[in-house]
Amino acid sequence: MLRPTALLAAAAAIAFATTGQAADPLKIGFVYVSPIGSAGWTYQHDVARKHIEKVYGDKIKTSYVEKVPEGADAERVIRQLATSGHKLIFTTSFGYMDPTIKVAKRFPKVHFEHATGYKRSKNVATYIARFYEGRYLAGIVAGKMTKSNVAGYVAAFPIPEVVRGINAFVRGMRSVNPKATVRVIWVSSWYDPGKEREAAEALIGQGADVLMQHTDSTAVVQAAESKGVYAIGYHSDMSKFGPKAHLTASTHDWRGYYEARVKMALAGTWKSGAIWGGIKEGMVKMAPFNMAVTDDVKKAVSDATEAIRNGKLHPFAGPVKDQDGKVRIPAGKTMSDKDLSSMSWYVEGVDGKLPKK
Amino acid sequence: MSPLGGMRFQIEPRLEQSRAIRTLAPLIAVVLTVLVGAVMFAALGVDPLAALASFFLHPVDTLPELGDIGVKAAPLMLCALGLAVGFRGNVWNIGAEGQLIVGALAGGGVALAFHGATGWYILPLMVAAAFAGGAAWAAIPAFLRTRFHANEILTSLMLTYVAAQLLGFLVHGPWRSPDAFNFPVSRDFGDDARLPYLTDTTELHLGVLFAVIAVPLMWVLTQRSYAGFQVQVAGLAPRAADYAGFKSSRIVWIGMLSGGALAGLAGLGEVAGPIGKLQDQISPGYGFAAIIVAFLGRLHPVGIFFASLLMALLYLGGGTAQIEMQIPPAVTGVFQGMLLFFLLGADLFVGYRIRRVGRVAA
Repeated sequence: MLRPTALLAAAAAIAFATTGQAADPLKIGFVYVSPIGSAGWTYQHDVARKHIEKVYGDKIKTSYVEKVPEGADAERVIRQLATSGHKLIFTTSFGYMDPTIKVAKRFPKVHFEHATGYKRSKNVATYIARFYEGRYLAGIVAGKMTKSNVAGYVAAFPIPEVVRGINAFVRGMRSVNPKATVRVIWVSSWYDPGKEREAAEALIGQGADVLMQHTDSTAVVQAAESKGVYAIGYHSDMSKFGPKAHLTASTHDWRGYYEARVKMALAGTWKSGAIWGGIKEGMVKMAPFNMAVTDDVKKAVSDATEAIRNGKLHPFAGPVKDQDGKVRIPAGKTMSDKDLSSMSWYVEGVDGKLPKK
Repeated sequence: MSPLGGMRFQIEPRLEQSRAIRTLAPLIAVVLTVLVGAVMFAALGVDPLAALASFFLHPVDTLPELGDIGVKAAPLMLCALGLAVGFRGNVWNIGAEGQLIVGALAGGGVALAFHGATGWYILPLMVAAAFAGGAAWAAIPAFLRTRFHANEILTSLMLTYVAAQLLGFLVHGPWRSPDAFNFPVSRDFGDDARLPYLTDTTELHLGVLFAVIAVPLMWVLTQRSYAGFQVQVAGLAPRAADYAGFKSSRIVWIGMLSGGALAGLAGLGEVAGPIGKLQDQISPGYGFAAIIVAFLGRLHPVGIFFASLLMALLYLGGGTAQIEMQIPPAVTGVFQGMLLFFLLGADLFVGYRIRRVGRVAA
């Protein structure tokens, strides 16, 4: 009569296993669109992942999946994380929006955090940073440091977030240097070091002496370094890729947000919502300045930072004119978040046409 | 003097090939891949057995996960089945990825044209359009080859990049959804423009069934039909095919069009299946991975059926190995590369042997 005993033993083992699970760490999953690498969009998210591991120690356990394509695979990977016991899942690319919403429906007890999207539900929160505030500050640096009054901008795709960044950069530049203009080259890729470098060199050839980028690799900074012009990094501090060229960088800092959200999840107070944090919330930060940046430039940037922090300065406070000189936002008004999130026109000072539909 | 002490070796064809070994070669390649993989895991500092289990067993230990394998294998299977037809006749279509994209565009275009409409006829129209779209994209290299003797390897490959640009243009431009804040996605397809699920518990959709049905159909076409026979002869003995009066241009057309049509269907399976709309990324390189699948499956439909399941397992295993053991995603690519390497290596020894032919005179 061995069988019932064995069954009982198995049942006991299962019971123990389930009681044991109550004290188990909170499993947190991250889905990354690109490899972590040593700088860039995904790298910044991973810095924050390591940060929460440090803060919460054995109360949590994190895992991540890199290089998840934004097609059919995203849904499967997110679901895999949910079924393997992850209770808080960060999906860190725009293309994960629909898959996140879909998987979230099936796992109502799991909390999801989707970066940069606009669809939410009871257990899907969204978060994005006011990257444009950092762009504006970068523009001040570029406007002060340029000699040719032309900056070059290597951009990925003409979606609102990128267009908004270009516009904020131009407005920052022209706030200190009204003659300054920006030339844009679209490379149709978030990560393509070859194309990014070609675009950077073309812009330098057209007279740009400060480069800015909205792409993921460090190729633009490296091109600037080898051609002897300036560059401003994006996502991460990229100074080690261009010690002479790299003036500063507009960086993302997700540590505070992730720490706060994990705290809520641990305490059982997690709620869905839409966070759009900027300099004030510590989500956008400037990297340390290059030696070449003079004190008056540093002061202009720190003054503007302070003004943005306490709400006295908004990069899109009126009057805002578009490229054709038409006033889009009259003096005394400020562009609404809704208009900011669907921006699809260039402000005054951008040289060239926005790719049209 | 060579390191081998002046010994000379020669590779020469075997007079008699072992049929058993020929069939077993892919299995030998798989075993070697797993063994070397274990060594690689050990070198990475992880427990090889746990890593292999995480890579090859954990992705398939539940029913929904088995369904995921099917979903992942379907586009590989369709592309590889089509490509194999051409490869058998020495028609080297390398552009299945582009044909997949154009198939998705054609089928998706129908879905968008019927936005807001309902009706049973929408899905069949989409399937027909995807077939035609993929075939039309493959027809370009076929025409260039038969008319101008342009090498189809180059033209079909280059057209892949054109197709990707076309997709980008459409989703950034005319087909962009008005509700998506200018993001590069089309409107969501309507319910009648989506491939229905086959079961309640898995993600298996009608497109996976298409792939499975294609296996016996392609078997009939390649092994039992006159057209298949012509392609076969042209591949094995081009001059014999000439003597027999088989037109070489016909072989090119059959090979390219089958590859294109099935790749187009694979593209539809993605956009009308899991994705549900058009966006700037549809396929993570199924059209290229299918080339490995076709050869791994010995260009035979049944072989391809199993090879695509194995390939899907490699993709999914890469994911679970990352979640469970933090093994870098590049491992998936390494496994695919090793598999092809060992298969080609095994093939060499199936058809040839190495013989010592004595010493070189000093």
